[in-house]
Formats: sequence, structure tokens, C-alpha cells
Amino acid sequence: MTGNLPPEAPGASFQRGLADIGPLIVGLIPFGLVVGTVGVKVGLEPWEVSFMSAAVFAGAAQFIALDMFGHAAGLTIILTALLVNLRHILMGASVRPHIKHMPAGLKIPFLYAMADENWAIIMRRARVQRDLTPAYIAGASLPFYLAWQASCYVGTQIGNIIGDLERWGFDFVFTAVFLTLVLGFWRADHRLSPIVASAVTAIVAERYLEGSWFIVIGGLAGVSAALLTFRKEVAA
Amino acid sequence: MIGPDWLETPWVIIAGMALMTAFTRYAGYLVLARANLSERALDALNAVPASILTAIIAPTVLTTGIAESLAALVTIVVAWRFPALAAIIAGVVVILLFRQNGF
Repeated sequence: MTGNLPPEAPGASFQRGLADIGPLIVGLIPFGLVVGTVGVKVGLEPWEVSFMSAAVFAGAAQFIALDMFGHAAGLTIILTALLVNLRHILMGASVRPHIKHMPAGLKIPFLYAMADENWAIIMRRARVQRDLTPAYIAGASLPFYLAWQASCYVGTQIGNIIGDLERWGFDFVFTAVFLTLVLGFWRADHRLSPIVASAVTAIVAERYLEGSWFIVIGGLAGVSAALLTFRKEVAA
Repeated sequence: MIGPDWLETPWVIIAGMALMTAFTRYAGYLVLARANLSERALDALNAVPASILTAIIAPTVLTTGIAESLAALVTIVVAWRFPALAAIIAGVVVILLFRQNGF
């Protein structure tokens, strides 16, 4: 499952990480602008919006929180953030084997800034390069984090000049990138059962449950399918 | 409103969100630090990326409408033979064409 490419220089590794996360940064910037403009519109100070983007750094949770600000209780907003981000628990567990030997100075900030996008890029890289480098992780994460901060800040300053993101298809960038990543994971192990179980369960859960439970439940269904269909020769 | 008044201050709410989010990001990593995982469990962890990403996109791709489903199909077909970037651009172009025409 893991490949055996030779090690590369830190600079080259960082650039590779940056190149891999690049399309996702392009898709991220319009959303940052919108979070910034919406944040100011619901009554937050620009510094509060920037504080949220830097400290929470979770697009979906931020969007949802901004929508709740002003009419939901603070505790509800906080617990919603927990719920929306529960998937990180599975993500942190899955990335552990690839980074556990790395210095704490890299792991602690990386985990703090672990989002769907850089995590997915890193997990894909781990399949072709046995020794994932700290520089690659930094290249896939730091520019992505900074792009979010910059675009949110600009958003607080410019007002809503972007208009409807969906009209311009920006929302689909994420769907398209994730589709290509899923295809890549399937190509690596040719296991369809986790993908099918996750898709079916997520669709049903999304229809009947509030909020973003469908992501956690779909993810758990996929992992359960992997547990049930485990065969020793597959894992080798 | 539930909770005390200070819990309605924006920066306090934001700090609470940050705390919860950071918890989710460190918890999975830290819990596994003490576990001795079987081969089967490690194999299940390998299935996490495809499972989570599929769960995130499945409702969009399969239940939103013809535009999303078709754009997803185009993305997969292009990604089959060409680099991911080309597939992503193709998918976005398809969705753009639909949206600009009122879908």
C-alpha cells in the first residue's frame, strides 16, 4: 500500500505539498472572502472574524456559527462546532501512523491546522511515499492556513462584492477535488465496500438527521465496512 | 438563552468553538497513542480517507440535482485518463454551464 519513492530535499518536498494543495487554495479563497463579509454583516468586529478564522480554522463550522450568531445561545454555537468537527477524530487517528515519528514542533501546529483538504492531500501522498516528510506536510498545510486568514481578512474589508458563489461554481471545486481523491484511494486498494457503505449511509443520514451528523455517520459506516470485509492478504 | 451572560460575548463563543475544534483535532491522534492496534484495525484506518470524503460529497453528488450529478460524472471520467487538475476544471466548467443557464 505504501510506496517506496526515494527521499527528496526539504525544499522540493515543500513545493510538492504546495503544488498538491494549490487547486484547493484556489477554491478556498472565495469562501474566505465570503466568511469575512458575512462575519461583519452579522455584527462581528473584523478582529473577531480574524480571531475565529485563526483559532477555529474550520470553514464549515465557521459558516454555520456565523449563521447562528445573534439568534442562538452561545453554548449552542459552541456545541455545534464540536458536532460539525467530530470527523477530525477519525482523521487524526488515521494520520497518526504517518506522522508519529515527526518532531512535536511540526505535529502540534499541523494537527491544529488539520482540515479536510490538507489531511486528504497528505493521506494520498502517504500512499506513494513511504517516508512522508515534515516539509511536505508544511507545504500542504501552511500556505492553505495562511490563504484562509488572508482571504477572510480581505472579506471583512471589502463587503459583499463576490455575490453568489454557487452561481460561479466555486462550491463544486471542493466536490471535484474530493471526487478525484476518492478515485485515487480506490485505485490504490480497489476496495469499493467502504465507499459504497459511506455514500449510502451519508445520503440517508443527511436526509433524516440535523446538521452534519451525516459526515461522521457515513465515515463510520465506511470504516465498519472495511472492518467487516477485512482479509489478511488485502492488508498486506 | 441558556448559560450565563458572559457566554454570549462573541470572543468567548469563538474561544469555545476553538477549544472544541482543537479537541477534535488532537483527540484521535492522542487516543491511538496508547492503543496497540491489530492488523485489522490498521486496515480500517486506511479506509478512513475514502470513507470521510465520500460521506462529505455523496449527498451533493447524488441527491442535489442533475447539474451536480453530471458534473461529478464528467469529473470522474476525465480523472480516469487525465491529471486531477484537468478533471477538476472540467467538473467546474460543467457546473458553471448549468448554473449560468438557470439550473
